[in-house]
Amino acid sequence: MLKTFPIGGIHPPGNKLSADKAIERFALPETVVIPLSQHIGAPAVACVAKGDKVLAGQLIAKADGFVSSNIHSSVSGTVKAVDTYVNAQGLRRPAITITVEGDEWVEGVDLSDELIEECNLEPKEIIAKVAEAGIVGMGGATFPAHVKLSVPPGCKAECLIINGVECEPFLTADHRLMLEKGAEMLIGARIIAKALGVNKTYVGVENNKPDAIAHLKKLAAKYNGEVEIVPLKVQYPQGGEKQLIAAVTGRQVPSKGLPIAVGAVVQNAGTAFAVYEAVQKNKPLVERVITVTGKALSEPKNLLVRIGTPMQSLLEYCGIDSVEGTLKIVGGGPMMGRSMCNPEESMMKGSSGLLVLTEPETKRGEEAECIRCGKCVEACPMGLEPYLMGRVSKIKNFEMAEQHYIYDCIECGCCTYSCPAYLPLLDWLKLGKAEVMKIMRARTSK
Amino acid sequence: MGVLGYTILTLAVLGIVAAAVLYFVASKFRVEEDPRIDDVEKMLPGANCGGCGFAGCRGMADALVKRDDISALYCPVGGAECMKGISEYLGKVAAERQPMVAVVRCNGTCENRPKTNTFDGAKSCAVIAALYAGETGCSFGCLGCGDCVAACEFGALSMNPETGLPEVDIDKCTACGKCVSACPKGIIELRKKWPKGRMVYVSCMNKDKGAVARKSCTAACIGCMKCQKVCEFGAIEVANNLAFIDSNKCKLCRKCVEQCPTGAIVEKNFPPRKVVTAPKEEAPKAAPKAEVSAEPKQEA
Repeated sequence: MLKTFPIGGIHPPGNKLSADKAIERFALPETVVIPLSQHIGAPAVACVAKGDKVLAGQLIAKADGFVSSNIHSSVSGTVKAVDTYVNAQGLRRPAITITVEGDEWVEGVDLSDELIEECNLEPKEIIAKVAEAGIVGMGGATFPAHVKLSVPPGCKAECLIINGVECEPFLTADHRLMLEKGAEMLIGARIIAKALGVNKTYVGVENNKPDAIAHLKKLAAKYNGEVEIVPLKVQYPQGGEKQLIAAVTGRQVPSKGLPIAVGAVVQNAGTAFAVYEAVQKNKPLVERVITVTGKALSEPKNLLVRIGTPMQSLLEYCGIDSVEGTLKIVGGGPMMGRSMCNPEESMMKGSSGLLVLTEPETKRGEEAECIRCGKCVEACPMGLEPYLMGRVSKIKNFEMAEQHYIYDCIECGCCTYSCPAYLPLLDWLKLGKAEVMKIMRARTSK
Repeated sequence: MGVLGYTILTLAVLGIVAAAVLYFVASKFRVEEDPRIDDVEKMLPGANCGGCGFAGCRGMADALVKRDDISALYCPVGGAECMKGISEYLGKVAAERQPMVAVVRCNGTCENRPKTNTFDGAKSCAVIAALYAGETGCSFGCLGCGDCVAACEFGALSMNPETGLPEVDIDKCTACGKCVSACPKGIIELRKKWPKGRMVYVSCMNKDKGAVARKSCTAACIGCMKCQKVCEFGAIEVANNLAFIDSNKCKLCRKCVEQCPTGAIVEKNFPPRKVVTAPKEEAPKAAPKAEVSAEPKQEA
């Protein structure tokens, strides 16, 4: 019997179109636009000016505070502008534009493929290096990694869980990474474990990736049981932090609590690889693997892309030109990704997928009344009542939303997916959650 | 005396005893309340809209009676007349404020501001604003889902299906400010109410640079400063590529309206402008002529 999380969950069709496509290195673009806010927390502060020459891997924006992240240039060239750009949501945000000239890297970066196993750094040095390299959670939430690695006083980490679940339909970036860079990823995981001071590392992988599971099991054999590969039953949203902890360890993170409350720290497979590159190869986070996919594209692919590359060029490379009619472009997976109204958006640290859907695929039915069937309650992996909270958020009864634990919502979208009346439950829940969080923050700051 | 008789007797005795207890308790624990609160509440409009900052008219009445200085309290719905009556009744000095009216500062009609994408989620401005810029290229303008219409308790707001923008019924608007806080884009403003509902204002909130703003909407304010230069009263100020007319300084001369190259500054409820070349007397005649010429067309 395979492990999984105990309540809720859905089974959307996998649609892993690009699962057997090896990772390709995407060509350097002519210009890159690097946003200054690619992470949760305060935006980074630019430390270059217009006209400056920069090298790939050079720090161009400094973290502003503890919960923030450094940003490095992904290319070598000249800084064209330090101002704003229009992001995928059509909003103006600060960014640095760089004209690409050649591909020169800063000194000390090891670009070879040689595997470096040994890491003799102290935990504090590892965390400093991770912070310096600007590593964030690569699964999509983009929470600065060094914050998670710094265990708060009074808590003790007992195990590290590497998230190789990739439960989002369509996405295959982590799958390919585990297959092609599995050894590096496991060394990265060991380094994270060392920084946390834990012995046990679990790697959670869903059972729809048997090749990755077999490959990682072979690689993990030499770690004397300290690294355990855990195959999991396929179920969305298993990649959610709290769901993964429940699936792997059987522990439940308390309401309002963080994973560290049950002694677990979760990091994405992509993050583990980035940590390996940062610590062993001195290479900051300037590129990542993205799945460019969708039934509308002629050639879905997994691409290794420099941060700041325009998404439009990726779409063109994967054959969007041959498609006719209205399309929906989603940044991320189909369940939690955000649709984009501007394909000129830049590649970011958290961009795990770029999905192109045709109109019939995305069209939802006409919104009707709630028939109290309870399907959303059954599907909710957090054990909440989405139909009720959607309703109370709509009528702005945020007090009641709070009483029903709306702040525990992980915004996975299972409720909207399962609703037979096509109610946009998640839209209302997100709104209600944001309002309730605001009220709660105002209360604590008083 | 059958069963029926005993039942009636028991119930009657119980009723009398309970009434006596209630009477005793009510007189013993009576809460003394200023009778003026009830009177003041009756004088207030009774809309319970919350425009004064209190939960309802009762709260406002309570504050009016209990506070010595009521200059900070004002009922926008009742207006000056209502406040005057209350201040006379209570013998206190009430604040005098000029009447205000809600103004929608966006002219992004379907024509001026074409759609660039389609939103198929929950039909709510608040939801859209939390997700992205909106269905058009302008990230400052009206989102068109009518959160303000839903918030208005006086039926003063309605969506115009042709323009996709909300419209204010000046006679019904009480300037309670509910729509102002309901709009996630902050495009509704309370401005000074002139006689006959006349107004001149910048109908745009776009803070993008001129070229960018113009690209997304042909009626956008491009921050060209022309209006600021032409204004003789110093009522117009351009900041962040956006002009703002101070309704307290504006004298409705309408020179800025003529200067505005994009038509972002609008005038409302003025009589039709006189054509500069035409003599003054001909202007009223021109209007009936137009009506006459329209009639034969309808018949044909």
